[in-house]
Amino acid sequence: MAFPDDTRQPGTVPAGVPLRDRLGEWVDRHARTFFIAPCVTLILIFAIFPTIYSIFFALSRVRFTGSGLKFRYVGFRNFAKQFFGSAEVHFLGRTEPVTLFGYAVFAVIVIAVLWWLIRSIRRTTWVGMIGRTISAAMAIFLAWILCASFISGNAIGTLYTTLFYVIVGCAVQFIIGTGLAFLCSQPISGKNFFRVVFFIPLMITPLGVGYAMRMVADVSKGPIEPILNLLGFSDWIWSADAWSARFIMMIGDSWQWIPFIFICMLAALENVPRDHVEAAQVDGASSVQIFREITWPQVVPVAVTVLLIRMIEAFKIVDLPNIMTGGGPGSATESMTLNSMYIWRANDLGGSAAIAYLLLILTVVVCASFFNYVVLGQLRKARS
Amino acid sequence: MSDTTYRFRQADRTLFQRLFEAPAVGKMSPAAKVVAYTLLAVWSVFVLFPIYWVIITSFKDAAAVNQGPYYLPFIDFQPTLDAWRTQFTEDPNCNVAAIGRQFGLLAHNSVAFVLSPFVTIEPMEPQICKIYLAFTNSVVISIFSTAICVLVGSMAAYALARIQYAPKFGNIMTFVLLLVGVIIATTYYGVAWWASSAVALAMFFFLVRAIGRHYKMKLKNGDILFWIISQRILPPIVVVIPIYVMFQAVKLLDTHIALIMLYAVANMPIVVWLMHDFFASLPIELEESAQLDGATRLGIFWEIVLPLTRPGLAATTLLILVLSWNEYLFAVFLATVKVQTMPIMVAAKNAGEKGIFWWEMCAVIVVMIIPVIVMAILLTRFISRGVLSGAMKG
Repeated sequence: MAFPDDTRQPGTVPAGVPLRDRLGEWVDRHARTFFIAPCVTLILIFAIFPTIYSIFFALSRVRFTGSGLKFRYVGFRNFAKQFFGSAEVHFLGRTEPVTLFGYAVFAVIVIAVLWWLIRSIRRTTWVGMIGRTISAAMAIFLAWILCASFISGNAIGTLYTTLFYVIVGCAVQFIIGTGLAFLCSQPISGKNFFRVVFFIPLMITPLGVGYAMRMVADVSKGPIEPILNLLGFSDWIWSADAWSARFIMMIGDSWQWIPFIFICMLAALENVPRDHVEAAQVDGASSVQIFREITWPQVVPVAVTVLLIRMIEAFKIVDLPNIMTGGGPGSATESMTLNSMYIWRANDLGGSAAIAYLLLILTVVVCASFFNYVVLGQLRKARS
Repeated sequence: MSDTTYRFRQADRTLFQRLFEAPAVGKMSPAAKVVAYTLLAVWSVFVLFPIYWVIITSFKDAAAVNQGPYYLPFIDFQPTLDAWRTQFTEDPNCNVAAIGRQFGLLAHNSVAFVLSPFVTIEPMEPQICKIYLAFTNSVVISIFSTAICVLVGSMAAYALARIQYAPKFGNIMTFVLLLVGVIIATTYYGVAWWASSAVALAMFFFLVRAIGRHYKMKLKNGDILFWIISQRILPPIVVVIPIYVMFQAVKLLDTHIALIMLYAVANMPIVVWLMHDFFASLPIELEESAQLDGATRLGIFWEIVLPLTRPGLAATTLLILVLSWNEYLFAVFLATVKVQTMPIMVAAKNAGEKGIFWWEMCAVIVVMIIPVIVMAILLTRFISRGVLSGAMKG
């Protein structure tokens, strides 16, 4: 009579089974640990531990010595330097003469933010209130810097250069990317060709993009030069003016990242049921109406999520300014990451870590605010 | 109105009227079509032109680059292979056999590294020219880091989709506090890192039971998933300075292992996020019946779950491969001489005294972007099947 070789049930190990099977049984009982432990361990070692360690760099003056690193505790001096000290103009921009218009705009923003905060007291829990207070404080701080520098006609620093790449860049990329996705979701022929072509820039290294853009934007021997001559820009150098350099940088960034928005929005738009749109068309709705009333409400949750992901990545921009202008003219195109990198090269590890931490705080507050007030709100609306 | 008059009026419209008439259901009006194709064509030119410019510049000589814009090969200028020749064959060490030698050297050096606690094997020094060195480094680093990242990340994603986790919040806080203690001890009091780690670990196991009895607040799967995904918010510049110091302490600076591990961790959140949705959408009955038949968890994961999510897995792998091929910041900080990757090598070409040799630079950039464009074309095929759209449901 033939018995099957292996009749054991999971969870039971009868005596006399070989060591290999018993080991397999042990592994299986602890499978949940084995599955998640490598991931969590790697993140702890290479993300959490360095993040905590970074605080000690940011609070110290660090020197390289023969026997390793020497830390000397200096408190918040590395941070204070960015706001009130030697690096103030570099980081915040020139905030000295504030015009009346600047004060007026600041007052309006402060009143709006405080109104929003007071109105939300009744609606949220106290944990939510803490979060809202942090968001409001960050908003007021950023508003003050904006009003004192840009709106009063002064130069902006790396803080607002980074925010310029994030806010203006993301807005432009989102509008163009969604527009292209909408065009490609229409019944046109050659869809697959356009999809592949529009997708390509996302895959190219930012470094290659930087050099390609630098060549294309070259004013003496680049391909755009005859057109510029025709328009009367023959002596114009884009990299010599702060805002034109920033805009060229933003165009390079958009060239690379619009495909990301495009591909995600295209997936969302193609998930919209075809028959809803066609039913509206039969009823005689115009295409603008169809987009506003039917298509858009269904893709909004995806749109805000994509925007959030893009924002998170945009805060980290470093390769493009490093390659295209090296942060110049002056420090006009320097993002905070690039600023931190340059300070690291000057062997000021403490200052570098302090800027990195400020970037972390800025990123977390802005992205968490966006997530809580926009993304979650839209998701809730879509579910209900 | 009879049928004939209707047809007559249809044919009698002017061209202008025909352009703006209401479209049939599921079609576009001719005017909208004209506008749409114009916009798409303009954008295609905008996307493709910089790539085209890089490719033709790599076939120019110095004169054709410096004397102004020349657009068309064979008409404006005579294409040459000079840039490619100087890059790839000028140095006597630069030949295709060198790539093979480089891979052999990498294998030898990794064996030497693994055996270094037991036997001393002299690591071999690279002999080949820079571009082949950078290319092989990039290939090795991106392939290994992608393999680790996808394997580890999808295991965690699967576990979070299928198994209930409930770690105690108090235990995690204890762990973090002990970590801070370790750092203080090593940074300010000069205790050896392994000694303070051992003490902290022992204290942790001692405290876990005591804390678990009193503070019962637990984390759920969703919290852990959110925690892992939120690691993507962390700007790499925050971690790179301590990591530099850490790798210096354990003598891993300027090795492949350092970059492989770092790239894997940096891309882990994306893998977990994408793969979690694929795994959660699989029917659970399959796994339950396999479990009844006596399959182990690892067996189920390896033989049932992974093959079922193969399209999603392929798309994720290609994405991570591209991301680690393009990574720049970690490499700038940590790859000084031996493990220079392609992006670093290209960036270093910037620093010539006689200005940039654009034609040589373009040849290198073309080498760098060709594999990636092939992957882009592959990836869009996956995406057009609606694979990544599963992850975009919100």
